[in-house]
Amino acid sequence: MNLYHYASPPNFYKLAGTLVPWAAWSAAILGVCGLYIGFFVAPTDFQQGEAYRIIFIHVPSAWMGMLIYLVMAFWGAIGLAFNARLPFMLMRALAPTGAVLTAVALWTGAVWGKPMWGTWWVWDARLTSTLILLFLYMGTLALWSAIEDTKRSDRAGALLTLIGVVNVPIIMFSVVWWNTLHQGSSIGVTHAPKMAATMMQAVLLMTASAWLYAIAVVLARVRRIIVERERKTEWVQKLLTAEA
Amino acid sequence: MEWASWSEFWNMGGRGFFVWSAYGVTAVCVVAELMWLRHAARQSQRRLARMQEWDKSPEQVGS
Repeated sequence: MNLYHYASPPNFYKLAGTLVPWAAWSAAILGVCGLYIGFFVAPTDFQQGEAYRIIFIHVPSAWMGMLIYLVMAFWGAIGLAFNARLPFMLMRALAPTGAVLTAVALWTGAVWGKPMWGTWWVWDARLTSTLILLFLYMGTLALWSAIEDTKRSDRAGALLTLIGVVNVPIIMFSVVWWNTLHQGSSIGVTHAPKMAATMMQAVLLMTASAWLYAIAVVLARVRRIIVERERKTEWVQKLLTAEA
Repeated sequence: MEWASWSEFWNMGGRGFFVWSAYGVTAVCVVAELMWLRHAARQSQRRLARMQEWDKSPEQVGS
């Protein structure tokens, strides 16, 4: 299989169209399994009682918020380096979902913080850097809508994302570098998970579900962006005639 | 099974408000994103179809 085949917008449009329903249904099924295990199988936490069950959306959404930003920066770098069209379109499709998931992480963190720490919000390093991540997403979206010329708009957005990407390792290591109210990581590659196996299973299922949700939504969105931008080309004209 | 009854389930050990507002807001965000995506796709499709019509009949533009 030649990967460059899918660098061409019409081929990628077709591929994305095939993948969207698969990703969407897998996300739904894994999400239902994750919630079932999370609410009906996983035990009560000995320290946090039932409030810990917020973890099943808090951790996956926070991970995805950071990961999507990294993927955006990756495509931004590729787009700038090779002056290609598709990477910038993918970047634009990723940003809204990244912003939504980061907002979800912040909200679920606040309603978890209130019963556990006694406060909705503190200006500690983890929380502040995550808020900055949300502002970076919103800033990029605002920048795109402010610059009329597509090419300049794409390049400006890619540049901003590449500068903003330094924030992601800051979020990741904030709990190590600084003394934060936010707890350190319970799941890592260097140590065994600090939680019951069923809790861990639910977190992993919900993370897989969040991945697939993001893939489905981003691919559906990029399909629309491709058609909009390529509307003068013959293949889109044919497609529109077929759809009408 | 962790719960003796449904009311115990919804109560979440006294933390029901926090747990369910986390899940509720997340559900609203996901549904809103999906609806917005669908709305934008339909709008875009309609606009592109209209533009294609104009492109086909240039003599009618401005008349």
